[in-house]
Amino acid sequence: MKTKIEIAGVSKWFRRDGQEIIAMQETNLSIEEGRFVSIIGPSGCGKSTLFNIIAGLMPPSTGRVLADGEDIIGKTGHVGYMLQKDMLLPWRTILDNIILGMEIRGVPRKEAVARAQPLMDRYGLKGFGGHYPAELSGGMRQRAALLRTLLYDRDIILLDEPFGALDAQTRLTMQNWLLEIWEDFRKTVLFVTHDIDEAIYLSDDIYVFSGRPGRIISKISVDMPRPRHMEDTVSASFMELKAHLLDLLSGKPSAHIS
Amino acid sequence: MESVQKKGYIIHKLEAAGPAVPRPEKKQVEPFIQDEEALARRTKRVISFGRLTVALLIVLCWELFTRIGWMDAYYWSSPVRILTTTWTQITQGTLLEDIAYTSSSTILGFVGGTLIGSLLGLSFWWSRKFAGISEPFLILLNAMPKLALAPVLVILLGIGFFSKVALAFAMTVVVAALSAHSGVQSVDKDMEKLMYSLGAKRHQVFTKVVIPWAMPWMISSLRINIALSLAGAIVGEFIASSHGIGRMVIYAGTILDINLVWVGVVVLSVLSMVMYMGVVLLEKWLSKGYGMKKA
Ligand SMILES: Nc1ncnc2c1ncn2[C@@H]1O[C@H](COP(=O)(O)OP(=O)(O)O)[C@@H](O)[C@H]1O
Ligand SMILES: [Mg+2]
Repeated sequence: MKTKIEIAGVSKWFRRDGQEIIAMQETNLSIEEGRFVSIIGPSGCGKSTLFNIIAGLMPPSTGRVLADGEDIIGKTGHVGYMLQKDMLLPWRTILDNIILGMEIRGVPRKEAVARAQPLMDRYGLKGFGGHYPAELSGGMRQRAALLRTLLYDRDIILLDEPFGALDAQTRLTMQNWLLEIWEDFRKTVLFVTHDIDEAIYLSDDIYVFSGRPGRIISKISVDMPRPRHMEDTVSASFMELKAHLLDLLSGKPSAHIS
Repeated sequence: MESVQKKGYIIHKLEAAGPAVPRPEKKQVEPFIQDEEALARRTKRVISFGRLTVALLIVLCWELFTRIGWMDAYYWSSPVRILTTTWTQITQGTLLEDIAYTSSSTILGFVGGTLIGSLLGLSFWWSRKFAGISEPFLILLNAMPKLALAPVLVILLGIGFFSKVALAFAMTVVVAALSAHSGVQSVDKDMEKLMYSLGAKRHQVFTKVVIPWAMPWMISSLRINIALSLAGAIVGEFIASSHGIGRMVIYAGTILDINLVWVGVVVLSVLSMVMYMGVVLLEKWLSKGYGMKKA
């Protein structure tokens, strides 16, 4: 399969209070096109830093970042990016928030609305276009934020703990909703989470980061068949993988051998 | 169903509900429906009525006490005298022109000061260095009692209309700049990040995020600024002027026409209230576009 994103020897250093701190150790990732890839790791291990680098919002200290073979260091606009906070503008309606990316690119409003409307109808925001973000629940707002990212129409989407602030019930609904969208659009998805169940349930590949300063300690492919169902999360293989990932994250030496 | 012992956990049996007790015969009573809206309406009526009563009471007591001599009518004047003096000032004097003079210098100074101050405050978003250099001077200007500058401004700009506008402007511009600056500083950095990730240029972040984000801050300075602006215009007229309510009050004071002083005070209060209400309307109109009542 074609490599979509190539990250080679990327690390990030900050200087704070005169002290050099390493936010992320040298990292190599090679993400294949159309895959759903999760990154798990304890907080502070540099996951958001890695995303900021891929999104072109900050340069890495070392290394190369390629998308489709093109150097994208410091270049914004190559990936869609979504944060844990929905970042909807409170003074804009949901519809106007969703078409923000197209508006910035200069797509005429009429055309933008024509493209947004069917997606909103299909993916659970039918009839909410005229509402303001404050009138919607957290789950609905995240839907709007994701549709905005989707309509920005890049092949690669970065999702940084998008469901981290939601309650367990809503989170489950949103996971299935996200899978549905991903099946429909087949974008390459990079997904940060620190919820192990979420990572297994959603992903083709899982990268495990060590604690601060982060580095990759394992790459695991999940070959449970799709579409996946809630029952799969209690299957024996799911449980086994979960136990393995827990061992990895808690730093048990036995886990590294396998 | 009996409790089931599984490996590692137990599924408990729930107590069955007792035999169904027949419900007591339903009596035909009107159910109590809590109506918060009706309650709020009634409260509002009571408040309006109370306000009106208090206002009438004050005016009546004022009139009565000055008539029976509990208050000295020479110093306190009286509502009726103030009304008659106002009427003669309107018909035989220049009261209406004075009102127009004072309110136009106030409004011009207010609009100019607010616009230019807000633009200055917003411009601080573009460069942190520029903002950092300017900030202490802005704070210094804010601390300085600008009314003390009035004589200088009048000498500089003459005793005409322009010096009053300039004073009203000086009173408002710094407040507006500081408010806009606070608004700009409060912009969520992640919001900017998201905009850049969507490929936005700086000017797009500025117009689509920074300005609307700072809007509530800028709007909140309007109410203070209209009062400051009026104070500036009046003090300008105190110093030297041939028109305006401020000049009328000073003039009445020097000829010991206390009734006329009271007319000035009442007219200024009404003027101030009208402009305040105008600003409230302006606020509503500005806020509407930003969905702030929702947020
Ligand atoms: N701008 C910055 N300056 C200094 N240190 C930073 C900065 N941004 C992030 N860090 C540090 O880098 C580390 C990784 O942060 P982050 O990528 O946000 O972690 P994660 O998203 O995995 O929780 C943290 O220790 C954080 O304190
Ligand atoms: Mg993070």
